[in-house]
Amino acid sequence: MLEIKNLHAEVDGKAILKGIDLNINKGEVHAIMGPNGSGKSTLANVLAGRDDYEVTEGGILFDGKDISELEPEERAGEGIFLAFQYPVEIPGVTNTTFLKEALNAQRRYRGEEELDGMEFVKMIRGKTKELGIKDDMLKRAVNVGFSGGEKKRNDILQMAVLNPKLAVLDETDSGLDIDALKVVAEGVNKLRAENNAILVITHYQRLLNYIVPDQVHVLSNGKIRRSGGKELALELEEKGYADYSGEAA
Amino acid sequence: MAATQETVEQVQSLEMDKYKYGFVTEIESEKAPKGLSEDTVRFISAKKNEPEWLLEWRLKAYRLWLTMPEPKWGKLEIPEIDYQDSYYYSSPKSMEDRPQSLDEVDPELLRTYEKLGIPIKEQEVLAGVAVDYVFDSVSVATTFREQLKEVGVIFCPISEAIQEYPELVKKYLGSVVPAGDNKHACLNSAVFTDGSFVYIPKGVRCPMELSTYFRINELNTGQFERTLIVADEGSYVSYLEGCTAPQRDENQLHAAVVELVTMDDAEIKYSTVQNWYPGDEDGKGGIYNFVTKRGICKGKNSKISWTQVETGSAITWKYPSCILQGDNSVGEFYSVAITNGRQQADTGTKMIHLGKNTTSRIISKGISAGKSQNTYRGLVRVAAKAEGARNFTQCDSLLVGETCGAHTVPYIESKNRSARLEHEATTSKISEDQLFYCRQRGISEEDAVGLVVNGFCREVLQELPMEFAVEAQQLVKISLEGSVG
Repeated sequence: MLEIKNLHAEVDGKAILKGIDLNINKGEVHAIMGPNGSGKSTLANVLAGRDDYEVTEGGILFDGKDISELEPEERAGEGIFLAFQYPVEIPGVTNTTFLKEALNAQRRYRGEEELDGMEFVKMIRGKTKELGIKDDMLKRAVNVGFSGGEKKRNDILQMAVLNPKLAVLDETDSGLDIDALKVVAEGVNKLRAENNAILVITHYQRLLNYIVPDQVHVLSNGKIRRSGGKELALELEEKGYADYSGEAA
Repeated sequence: MAATQETVEQVQSLEMDKYKYGFVTEIESEKAPKGLSEDTVRFISAKKNEPEWLLEWRLKAYRLWLTMPEPKWGKLEIPEIDYQDSYYYSSPKSMEDRPQSLDEVDPELLRTYEKLGIPIKEQEVLAGVAVDYVFDSVSVATTFREQLKEVGVIFCPISEAIQEYPELVKKYLGSVVPAGDNKHACLNSAVFTDGSFVYIPKGVRCPMELSTYFRINELNTGQFERTLIVADEGSYVSYLEGCTAPQRDENQLHAAVVELVTMDDAEIKYSTVQNWYPGDEDGKGGIYNFVTKRGICKGKNSKISWTQVETGSAITWKYPSCILQGDNSVGEFYSVAITNGRQQADTGTKMIHLGKNTTSRIISKGISAGKSQNTYRGLVRVAAKAEGARNFTQCDSLLVGETCGAHTVPYIESKNRSARLEHEATTSKISEDQLFYCRQRGISEEDAVGLVVNGFCREVLQELPMEFAVEAQQLVKISLEGSVG
């Protein structure tokens, strides 16, 4: 589904990603782990098409289509979702309004019919129930006054509503206590399906106790240095990233 | 060649999308001779068949106007206005015969309002909203008058009220905004042409929303409307005005006066959605919107609430105010002012606390984009006898881009030690993070700006009557098109 080939990218003229190769198939969960400054978040932003993240070499194929020139909203429409490390507050805009705008924008992009108010409310009620989220969260402004855990759960709700083909979780575990972490992981696991894939980006192994990956990759200094099964995460937990700190690793 | 033509057409249609009310109605009109003089004033007064006292009132204002300086204190660059280069009265010729029913109104006029999205025929208008349609200097029609009359509510063009209710008009006209208040109000007093008159009798809650739709059509014509609303004891009315004008290269002057009066326990809720043509991107053309709006809470426990959404006009100079004379009276001002391109706005309010335990609340949201300048200017004054006065003011500014300006100029004057005055102000920018967050969820950049700005204005927009809130949200979004990317 996702094929990243020899991807080089820079931010403000500084090379961050230096030749990444990665394939993710439908139904798979991959984890990218790595020390601070290794390029993890850059990879997430490059996949989502954020301005100022420039691809200088290589490319990204999504469902066989080259998406490296698409705008962020077009990539979202193709089915790429990014769960943010720091979800953003939008004062005065309720979650319901935001979700409806987003979903219908994506449906328009795909040439599908927009949902009307009734259909939307019915659908969203189903999702909150499934995830155990109280409906009053829908009436609150997007992430305004939310605790760290609530913000992440809100991102998971957005993911459930938008139903992406590929979800990228960018250090979604940062700043969460263990209970909040479990709740978020549970939400993600409910959304695992044969037709979609998940890419978990994290510094720590603990999230992977709850979202068990099929493959783990170690990113360091802009390149994937090693790939393996879920046991690789445990090894990293034990030994740290010291082995991967150099260019030659 | 064909391709070029296509591009030109596309660009033109884009431009029109930005200001979709910019069309001109081709119609024959009857005008006063160009320019301003005592003769102009007499011409207007004669056209309206006015009583002698009103002509004298106008002439007095005109003579005073000649001596008054232009108000210079706004943070506005106003080119010198050639008052002789304008028409002060323009009426569709077909209206000269005073059509008795809609069937006699020129179909071209009816089509104009249909195009503006506000059809005149009662069965087609929004249920529960009575509308007075003012076209250049005359009222074309007023809907639902009969139903309103049944409960004693008077809602008619002010030119008609002068004929039919002269005592009421004489008593209140100029009682809140005297002719000499400022030069623009003075000009209006001399040459005002039409506008709406509303009287709500004692104890009556007006059964529908009242609304006036102002349209400037004719070239080089100013519009000088005058609105007067009187709410007698224990009554309530909600009133809304909307405004549009064609897209023209010349500037046009709009100098209106609105006066509100509330007696004991009465309430007036006055909402404005102002969308005059703002001029093009380089600042060519557009309406000069110089408006004096003021209400007086004469009676105890009375309330006046102003809500305005100001998106249009090249220059806006406007300070809807409340004189809180009755004890326990309440004044409110909710404002959204959006400037884009080269627009300039200097707007705010004055809350004058005279009575005991009077309260006022000011919520102002200014959004600047493009190369525009947007100023909030407000005064809260507490008189020595205004024991227990309270005010809360919140002024928030939002900047879109790097080349615009936002300014906040609050004045506070308190002569009573028991007064409690609070002021909060913030200035922020739409952040890249917010835009990226929205776009990552599939929302285009332009829609994202609209969404964030609507959220920023929410507190004010939710004060609008429900029928107009959705329209206002759309307008907020449209006004900011082209402000990013």
